[in-house]
Amino acid sequence: MTSVLVCVKRVVDSSSEVVLTDDGQAVDGRYAGFTMSAHEECAVELAVQIGDARVVTLGDADAVEQLRAALAVGCTAATHVVADPQTFGPADVARELAAVVREHDHDLVLLGNDAADSGDFQVGIRLAYELGWPVVNGVATVSVQDGTIVADGAGPNGHETYRLPLPAVVTVLEGGVEPRYPTVPGRMKAKKVPIDERQPTAEPAGPGRVRLLLPPPAPSDVQVLGKGAEAAPAVVDLFERLGVLAR
Amino acid sequence: MATVPASAKVVVIGAGIVGNSLVHHLARLGWRDIVQLDKGPLPNPGGSTGHASNFIFPVDHSREITDLTLDSVRQYQEMGVFTESGGFELARTEERMEELRRRMSSAKAWGIEAELVDPAFVKEKVPFIEEDQFIGAFWTPSVGVVDSLRAGTIMREAALETGALTVVPNVEVTGLDVEDGRIRRVRTDGGDIEAEYVVIACGVWSPKIGDMAGISIPLTPAVHQMISVGPCPQLAEREGEISFPIVRDMDTFCYERQHGADMEVGSYAHRAILHEPEDIPSIEQAKLSPTEMPFTSDDFDPQLEQAYELMPELLGAEGAEMRYAINGLLSLTCDGNPILGESLVKGLWTAAAVWIKEGPGVGRAVAEWMVDGHSEIDVSHSDIARFHPHQMRREHTRLRTTEAFIKTYGIVHPAEQYESDRDQRCSPMHASQAELGAVFFETGGWERPHWYESNAGLLERYGDAVMPREHEWDARWWSPIINAEHLRMREAAGVIDLSAFEVFDIAGPGALETVQTVCVAQCDVPVGKVVYTPVLDPGGGFRSDLTVMRLGDRHFRVVTGAAHGPADRKWFGDHVPADGVTTLTNRTADVVTLGLWGPRSRDILASLTSDDVSDAGFGFLTCRDLQVKGTPVLASRISYVGELGWELYVGADDAAGLWDTLLDAGAAHGAVPVGIGVYGTTGRIEKSYRAFGFELDGERSIVEAGMQRPKVKAADFVGRAAYLAQRESAPETVLCTLVVDDHTSASGIKRYMLGGEPVLTRSGESLTDGHGHHPYVTSAGSAPSLGRHLLLAYLPPSEAVIGNELAVSYMEELYPVTVGSVDATPLLDPTNERIR
Repeated sequence: MTSVLVCVKRVVDSSSEVVLTDDGQAVDGRYAGFTMSAHEECAVELAVQIGDARVVTLGDADAVEQLRAALAVGCTAATHVVADPQTFGPADVARELAAVVREHDHDLVLLGNDAADSGDFQVGIRLAYELGWPVVNGVATVSVQDGTIVADGAGPNGHETYRLPLPAVVTVLEGGVEPRYPTVPGRMKAKKVPIDERQPTAEPAGPGRVRLLLPPPAPSDVQVLGKGAEAAPAVVDLFERLGVLAR
Repeated sequence: MATVPASAKVVVIGAGIVGNSLVHHLARLGWRDIVQLDKGPLPNPGGSTGHASNFIFPVDHSREITDLTLDSVRQYQEMGVFTESGGFELARTEERMEELRRRMSSAKAWGIEAELVDPAFVKEKVPFIEEDQFIGAFWTPSVGVVDSLRAGTIMREAALETGALTVVPNVEVTGLDVEDGRIRRVRTDGGDIEAEYVVIACGVWSPKIGDMAGISIPLTPAVHQMISVGPCPQLAEREGEISFPIVRDMDTFCYERQHGADMEVGSYAHRAILHEPEDIPSIEQAKLSPTEMPFTSDDFDPQLEQAYELMPELLGAEGAEMRYAINGLLSLTCDGNPILGESLVKGLWTAAAVWIKEGPGVGRAVAEWMVDGHSEIDVSHSDIARFHPHQMRREHTRLRTTEAFIKTYGIVHPAEQYESDRDQRCSPMHASQAELGAVFFETGGWERPHWYESNAGLLERYGDAVMPREHEWDARWWSPIINAEHLRMREAAGVIDLSAFEVFDIAGPGALETVQTVCVAQCDVPVGKVVYTPVLDPGGGFRSDLTVMRLGDRHFRVVTGAAHGPADRKWFGDHVPADGVTTLTNRTADVVTLGLWGPRSRDILASLTSDDVSDAGFGFLTCRDLQVKGTPVLASRISYVGELGWELYVGADDAAGLWDTLLDAGAAHGAVPVGIGVYGTTGRIEKSYRAFGFELDGERSIVEAGMQRPKVKAADFVGRAAYLAQRESAPETVLCTLVVDDHTSASGIKRYMLGGEPVLTRSGESLTDGHGHHPYVTSAGSAPSLGRHLLLAYLPPSEAVIGNELAVSYMEELYPVTVGSVDATPLLDPTNERIR
């Protein structure tokens, strides 16, 4: 069975309005709470479908919540690199993940395409470089067929399929699979899995980030179609164009 | 959508279940020009109504809450949004079974069908439950679920149809303008509204809105965790939202409630997770809604295991996933009751800290209160005017709700005391009382000695006359020392600390008019007279009962209990004329009341003063200034314990000295310090004295309470017309004193009722009075001087016959009782010889 490592990061749930901390170094999670990014939820789902999956994160004590969440949906082991994630840049994280890969002899490493908070898009490629493994980025589905990785996704010119030899690194974009919710027994089992804690192997160089800024709000796309009964033809027309009503 | 109008008669802020119900009932009662605002969209503006689990268990130990719930259920049924499912409350322990037996008492007292059943009965109705996890259950067939959002829409639209209501959603309140103590204007981000009345019905946001007008609405947003697991095949095969009874797993503080194909598991077992109203996210910031906060799974994990043990096949079913989980916000208060009524700002009303099960009932009650001045259902325990200053602090609410949260499904003794944030108000004698081993109970923040361990030596002296209680529950928060203190007071004398009394003076040219308007009894009496009087609402129900002293031509002193003191003070204040010279001054902090009662009290007082304290020189129901060993006191000859004696009002600085003086001088006469256990229960119940909040409330009349006097004063007073009408017709119910004939339970242990128990026929059949209510014990207590345990209860007039043999149900066993008195005539000293 393929031995998979799936990498997750504790991030603020950014599905609602994004609020920055006062120092601009992070996203404020007071209101929205914390999660792993949607890409990573899909990576976890794919990892569990493929084989024996270990989940790893680099983060502070609270990041255990995300490890347990991955264990609750089917990962069977977990490693926690205990560190303040704000002080780690993409190269630092890649180095620490590589150390975990070497320790456990994984064949396949899955990551999210990018983290929902920092959005650096770098860790997957840097990890592959560190390991000297092939890497494919931004795919929607991954499977292992007869010892070969098959990764599918949308490319600039249409649908793309990659075949890679094991071992390899793959980064996942959300949309290819429906991540499962935890079951009650799954959640209970996850609570009992021992988490392998380890310290970073080296001092981090840091992210080099000055601060985060919020982009200007997107211009409103609202179009008023009309008021009361007068609006009905415009609504029907819109529904027909959207294909939810037959012409 | 409507825009914000420039003026309104009333602005209701909030479009949750409470605001919607309120606008409906205000319109139904004839008010027009009603404006309803909410900062969120309709029909779900994002408050607690939107994520409520929406189920209703009608039985509560509180009559007020139960009546509001039953009224709400009736309204939900009329709107067609109620689905009856039945509900179980499970017991995993014998202690819980006993609590369920007590719950049966409440069910019978409030007239709700319920029964205790075995695990097999539960299994038959809930086939996926594990029978070996519990030993019994309390079954209420009338439990059900409601669609509270739909109900809100129906009520709002009903008000819209009458043309009385303008609804403006998506508008945020930015300020409340108060001028001359009255609400004038609501400021919003959509414009300002001039308003005669404003109601804050904003649930968890209410404190923030209240702050805008400088009033405290002391509730805290608190987390209730809930998950939804599904689809469960056992549920999916049934049609509709709910077809299995709801299960409350009382000992794990969890519930399981079917919602379509999902099972919702909710918990009150986790640590208290409190938020500040200012920290609730905006609609934009929130992931789901502002009151559906991110789920903190660690807090829920222990409950998950317990829920799984109870329903493993269902919660572990193939494909059943935890697909929704929230930390839902709801409102909690320091005493668990809602916050209703007019605030200290005239015209600014509140209707907050209300659950789905009470919403429509609260809307109706508050609307009636606003329109008619009183509500059909008495809501005095929920009156915002009940709060003392320390209760208005957020920190107090935070500490008390932290302590109480875990008791949401807990077994709470009726006399149970809070542990947190005590010692808010201590009398000047507090330290010396502590040295005497005082056991302090709290009322209105006051620490009052309930009994004194220093009197333990009296137990031996009085032996079995102290009526010891064998059962731990009956004896919890109680001591036989109370009864020993009682016997000593009746034999010699007792000194009682009554510092907690709310004392306020009304003075000025309008003082007489004020007390005459508020009080039923004649207050235009000579200076130096003491008047005990009922206080009525416009409908003729009790608002209070209290004492008024005429201290001068234009100077009256009102003395009332601590629990209801602030509400009484507001009520009098509301009737002080706005002449600018008549004043109401709160004297509670600087006047301390000490009680001295018993056959030797005159000897004790006489030994400390040269003033004449003989009956001829100091008659009953009079008051005057005395020098007691050099200390100036106002003495009032009155009694709530049925003994000769005085209330002594003394400056706070002199109080500790006077306390010591009375005890020192009293010792030679056999006097001891006596606690509130005697003053509040044993002393009064032997005299059948009524207590507000127990025998007396807005649903009772003077005639029913047996307190009518031969004449009614000519001067007008609030409730006069209603009272005159009540006197013309036969009462629908009659307050009686009952004697328990035999206390022996089936196990041979003697049991003693504590109050709240149903009164039935000897064979256990229920009784109904003219109001459709079932008799229940309003007060219960030892009558040591009679050697009996007494109960007060309102009985149907046909049953209110001296010697009538009935029964009281306690913990599901019947005990024989006999009617001892059918009016205010006490069983001890019926001709009041002892008071003279």
